[in-house]
Amino acid sequence: MSANDTDNKQQFRPEDHPNDHFLLTTVVGSYPKPKWLNRAKELYQDPESDFSDDNWLEAKDDACRLITNEHERAGLDVVVDGEMRRNEMVEFFAHRIDGYEFNGPIKVWGHNYFDKPSVVSEVEYDESWLVDEYEFTAGASDRPVKVPITGPYTLANWSFNEAYEDDDELTLDLADLVNEEIEKLVEAGARYIQIDEPALATTPDDHAIVGEALERIVAGLPEDVRTGLHVCYGDYSRIYPEILEFPVDEFDLELANGDYEQLDVFKDPEFTKDLALGVTDAHIAEVDSVEQIEENIKKGLEVVPPEQLVISPDCGLKLLPREVAYGKMANMVEAARNVEEDLDEGRIDIDRSTVAPADD
Amino acid sequence: MTDYVSTTPGLFPLPDWAKDDLSDLKGHQKHDLISGDEGEEITAAYEQARADVLEVQREADLDRVVEGQLRWDDMLAHPLAVHDAVETRGIVRYYDNNNFYREPVVTGDLEFDGDVAAELETVSELIDDDDDLQAVLPGPYSLFDLATDEHYGDDEEFLAAVGDFLAGELEAFPDHETLFLLEPSLVTDSPAEGLDELASEAIDTVAAATDADVVVQSYWGALEEKVHAHLLDADIDAVGYDFVSNQEDNLYNINEYGTADDISLGLVDGQNTLVEDPEAVRDRTDWVFDQLPVAEFDTVYLTTNTETFYLPYNKFEEKLAVLAEAASLAEVTPA
Repeated sequence: MSANDTDNKQQFRPEDHPNDHFLLTTVVGSYPKPKWLNRAKELYQDPESDFSDDNWLEAKDDACRLITNEHERAGLDVVVDGEMRRNEMVEFFAHRIDGYEFNGPIKVWGHNYFDKPSVVSEVEYDESWLVDEYEFTAGASDRPVKVPITGPYTLANWSFNEAYEDDDELTLDLADLVNEEIEKLVEAGARYIQIDEPALATTPDDHAIVGEALERIVAGLPEDVRTGLHVCYGDYSRIYPEILEFPVDEFDLELANGDYEQLDVFKDPEFTKDLALGVTDAHIAEVDSVEQIEENIKKGLEVVPPEQLVISPDCGLKLLPREVAYGKMANMVEAARNVEEDLDEGRIDIDRSTVAPADD
Repeated sequence: MTDYVSTTPGLFPLPDWAKDDLSDLKGHQKHDLISGDEGEEITAAYEQARADVLEVQREADLDRVVEGQLRWDDMLAHPLAVHDAVETRGIVRYYDNNNFYREPVVTGDLEFDGDVAAELETVSELIDDDDDLQAVLPGPYSLFDLATDEHYGDDEEFLAAVGDFLAGELEAFPDHETLFLLEPSLVTDSPAEGLDELASEAIDTVAAATDADVVVQSYWGALEEKVHAHLLDADIDAVGYDFVSNQEDNLYNINEYGTADDISLGLVDGQNTLVEDPEAVRDRTDWVFDQLPVAEFDTVYLTTNTETFYLPYNKFEEKLAVLAEAASLAEVTPA
């Protein structure tokens, strides 16, 4: 399965799409939570309060509807619920997998922490992780819904491994669990699955195990299910071009943060998958202008033709002030539509001659 | 008789309350990270946190106490990240970890700053006669490796400038018993031919700026043979070896080239919550010495292999206790 064999992106093109060209716009996944949701959580966790399980569920449902709607208002072609029900990308899953325990928060960068769990015994599938979330969001929106799911390599690497001989063994066991979950999601109707593997950028020798894990993850998936892999904050020259062998349709990459310094990495050899290009920095609390984002989108066109380009922020937007996150999405969509129009009109001439052919 | 000294390479996790308070006071974005001119409330939070980690070290009964480097948002890049002649740019990955720091770009002369000295002063006011203070700095090669130069123009000059800068900072430090220079980059991004010798000279420059015992701690593997050999030319008291991540090559280096008069053993895993048994750590110490033909050291430092900010606070506390316990066990039944 590769992007060139099946263009499963077209199923997400809106019927009333205004341009001939279609640069699918979406987000990586996470989004700032409304302040009242955090307050509701505090109440829910306060033993003195009478805020019930039902109240808490209702609050999360409301937040999910609100943010899904916010994604629609921004004009995104494919929406997410902003991961309103998830606290963090490893914790959320670790709480649902047997074999994990928690000891407290650890630093990622600055004052951003996560409750890095410890694997203390063999991991096993217990309750479903995301089916309820997907079904609710799909019911709350007319737009296609993407499901981001933390990949097994990251689940393994961002945990303390107290139980397995090595991390590879743990990764492959977790890959089987992710596969089980994705099968359930597809059964529920999901058609766009994004595997988040930010840990992949950390260790150059590990693309082989990530590839092996992905083979297990996509085993048995129908071809019309679009699969993406999100990777961020690393030295991409250490994993490219090896990642082109991975059995996914799209790579979603953070590049705006480094001002596209690493863009050239993807020009040789030719990028044969779809490129979901980060066009706005997820850690600068300023809304980029439409013009700036248009320039960033054109950077992507140096690597792939428009048919292979998808537009997305660098990474999850959850750490931004909400109005900034919204502004970034809205401007991103406007910029994508402008670039599509320019492409339709033949006003964009980007030289891809420096791109080396795949068989080079 | 060998003196077993339990210690750590510093860079502790913040106590959980301080994680919460400082997130609220400082924020979560790139520009919210430590600047070196933080205000009263933030300073007060760090003071309290510093007192807390000092207490943890005393309770564990460690032979050396460190300040904890709690303000080092950019980890080992901190001394440059707060420097006036340095711009901080995008966030970049900290070695092969799920941790990030702001890329420090040197745009002017690295003159004396005093940030780390001022920080160490605050803890030297808290300690008493029973505490032996240990200072911590990035080694010059690692700091050079973590930074980007847009001023000095070539690697040789930049590395030497970083060495001179650290020596200048160190001269302003209050009295300390030991200095740990953390040099993971010597392993992970081994200096090329020529630069290895200069890395060792830069370490020499830094080491000459203190009367304290100087330990150069390497981690995340073993040094390349030539790098190790050059390092031994520097006037230092001990080399630190990471026996958690690589036993074989570290033993080979010591057997083949010898080591300094003292030695530092990274035997407790600074990056895993599995808490070692103190007896097992003592046994591993014995085992290391059994593998060496000559194992006569004046001082043996027992430490975690890496910084400890990777750990949840409760496990961090437990690991310190293990180190102290293992050192006293080794003292009683020396190798």
